[in-house]
Amino acid sequence: MTTDSLLSVKNYNIVYQVETPVHAVRNVSFELGRGEILGLAGESGCGKTTLAYGINRLLRPPAEITDGSAIFHDESGVDVDINGLTVAELRRYRWDKVSMVFQGAMNALNPVINIQKQMTDIFSTHRPEMSKSDRIDECADLLDLIGVGRDRLRSFSHELSGGMRQRVMIAMALALKPQLMIMDEPTTALDVLVQRDILQEISELRHKFGFSVIFITHDLPLLLEISDRIAIMLQGEIVEYNTPEQIYRNAGHEYTDKLLHSFPSLTGERGGFVRSGEASALTREATR
Amino acid sequence: MNYLARKISFYVVALWAALTLNFLIPRLLPGNPVEILIQKLAARGPITPELRNSVELLLGDTSNDPIFVQYVNYLKGIFAGDFGVSITYYPQPVVEIIAQALPWTIVMIGIGTIIAFVVGITLGMLAGWKRGSWLDNLVPVTTMFQAVPYFWLALILLYVSAVQFKIFPVSGGYSYTGAGPSWDWDFISSAIYYGTLPALTIVISSFGGWLLGMRNMMVSTLSEDYIVTAEAKGLRPTRIMMAYAARNAILPSVAGFAISLGFVVSGSIVTEQVFSYPGVGSTLLQAVNNNDYSLMQGLFLVITLTVLGANLIVDLLYTVIDPRTRARS
Repeated sequence: MTTDSLLSVKNYNIVYQVETPVHAVRNVSFELGRGEILGLAGESGCGKTTLAYGINRLLRPPAEITDGSAIFHDESGVDVDINGLTVAELRRYRWDKVSMVFQGAMNALNPVINIQKQMTDIFSTHRPEMSKSDRIDECADLLDLIGVGRDRLRSFSHELSGGMRQRVMIAMALALKPQLMIMDEPTTALDVLVQRDILQEISELRHKFGFSVIFITHDLPLLLEISDRIAIMLQGEIVEYNTPEQIYRNAGHEYTDKLLHSFPSLTGERGGFVRSGEASALTREATR
Repeated sequence: MNYLARKISFYVVALWAALTLNFLIPRLLPGNPVEILIQKLAARGPITPELRNSVELLLGDTSNDPIFVQYVNYLKGIFAGDFGVSITYYPQPVVEIIAQALPWTIVMIGIGTIIAFVVGITLGMLAGWKRGSWLDNLVPVTTMFQAVPYFWLALILLYVSAVQFKIFPVSGGYSYTGAGPSWDWDFISSAIYYGTLPALTIVISSFGGWLLGMRNMMVSTLSEDYIVTAEAKGLRPTRIMMAYAARNAILPSVAGFAISLGFVVSGSIVTEQVFSYPGVGSTLLQAVNNNDYSLMQGLFLVITLTVLGANLIVDLLYTVIDPRTRARS
C-alpha cells in the first residue's frame, strides 16, 4: 500500500436544517490513503451515510454542509476542493473520480430501462468521444469481469437477482476506473454466501485496479477482516479511528467495545465475539 | 408474440360481447322503428297496407324471423359494413352518416385530448422536477378549470371569445359560405379555424388533471434510489429528468390516457352540442331524439370499437414502455 493521501476530510459538519436542527455529522476528520480500505462502522442513524453522501455532495435540502473541507488529491497531482466545485465541475467529478455503490441494491437500478442503457449512460456523459460500439463493448466487458456475463446487457433490473443487481452496480462503479469507491452497505440485503462472493470480488478488483474504498457497514467483524483502517461513528462523531488490529486488541472507546461484543461467535469459545453474561447485559442496555 | 396473441384474442372476445349486447339492447327497448316512420308518413297522407309493407321491407324489418336468424343476419350485415338505413336522415344509410360525422369528432376532440395530455404531462414533469417553483401555482388554477362544469366553462369561453370579441366563430365545423368539404386549403383552414375554440375548451378543462397526476408522480419518483444513483453518476440534469424520473413517473398517466382516448368519440356530446359541431356527438343526440335505432346502433358500435381499439393500442404500448408488464415465458 502506498501511503500518500487520496482524500483529506477536515472538521466536516453536516446539519439537517429542520425545525430543531439535527447535527448529523460533527467535526469529522480523517485521511484516506491511496489504495486503502477505510471501514466506517456504527449503528443505524449515526451519520455514516450522510457523511458518505456529503463527500460526494449528494445531499439534498434540508441537509447542509455547515463547516469543514474535503480535499481530493487527484492522481494528476491536482488537489480538488470538493465543496468548492461548481455544478458542472461537480458533475464531471462524480463517478469519474468517486463512484458509489448504494445501500438499496434492489432499487438503485432504473426499473424501466435496460442495463445496457444505464451503463452506456456513464460513458456517453463522461467519455463523449467514445463510439457507440466501443461503449457497448466496454459495458459487456465490465459485466463479464464482475461475473454477471455479457448476455445480461439487455436485461432489466427485475429480471436479475439481488446479488446480480449489486454486481451490476459494482460493474457500473468500475466503469470509469475511479480512484475512490464509496460502498454504502453494499451487501446488507444479501445472504452471507453472496455477500462473501461479492466481498472477494471487490477485494480482487481493488488489487487489480488499485482504487481506494470507503466501506460503510454496521458489521464490525466484517470490517476487521477487510479494512486497512476503521472509523467508528457514534451520534455523528468519529469516536475511534485506528487500524483493525488496534481496534480488535484494545478498543479505546467503550462504544467500540460494545459493538465488538454485539456479535456472537460461531464456535462458542470465549473470545472477542462471545456474548458473555456481561456482554449481553451490555446489549440489553443498548437496545433499551 | 405469445403475449400479443393472448392480448388480441382477449380483445376479440370483448368485441364479440359488445356486438351481441349492441344487438340485444335495442330489441329489449320499447318502440318500433317501423311505427315511428309510419307515424311520420301519416302526416302526409293515409297509410295503405302496401305502404306499410314496403316500409317494413325498406327498413329490413325482420321481427317475424326467429331471434337467432336475426342475430346471424345482424353479424353478417356488420361485417359487410351494412348497418341499415337511418330514419332521421332517411334514406341515407347509417354507414354514410357515421362516415361523415366521425372524422370531425376524431380530429377535433382527438387533437384536443392529445394536446391536453402533452401539455399537462410536460408542465407536470417540470413542476415536479422543480418542486416549489412558480409552476406549482398552476396546480390550483388548473384544478379549478377542471372542477367547474365543462358545459359552463365552454359556454363562457364561447360567449367571451366568439360573441364579445369575435375571435372565433360561434358555431359549426366549417364556413358554410365556401364550398363543401373537400381537400383544399380553403376548407381545411376554415375547419381548423372553426375547430380551435372547441378543442381549446377541451384542453383547458382537462389538462389540469394530467398536470397534477404527473407532478405528484414526479415528486415521488424523485425520491427513488435510482435517481440518487443517476445523480452520483454525474449525468446531465435533463437526462436524469427525462430518462430516469419522467420515464417512470409517466406510467400511470399512460394508462389513464388510454381511457380518455376511448372517450374521444363518446364524450363529445356536450362539446358538440355547445358549439353545434357536426360530429358523432350531435349525430347521436339527433338519433336519440328521433328514436333512430339503426343509427344509434351504428354509433354505439363505433364508440365500442374506438374504446376497444384505444385500449388495445395502449395495452401494447404499455408493454413497450414498462418492461415489467411483459410476460415472462
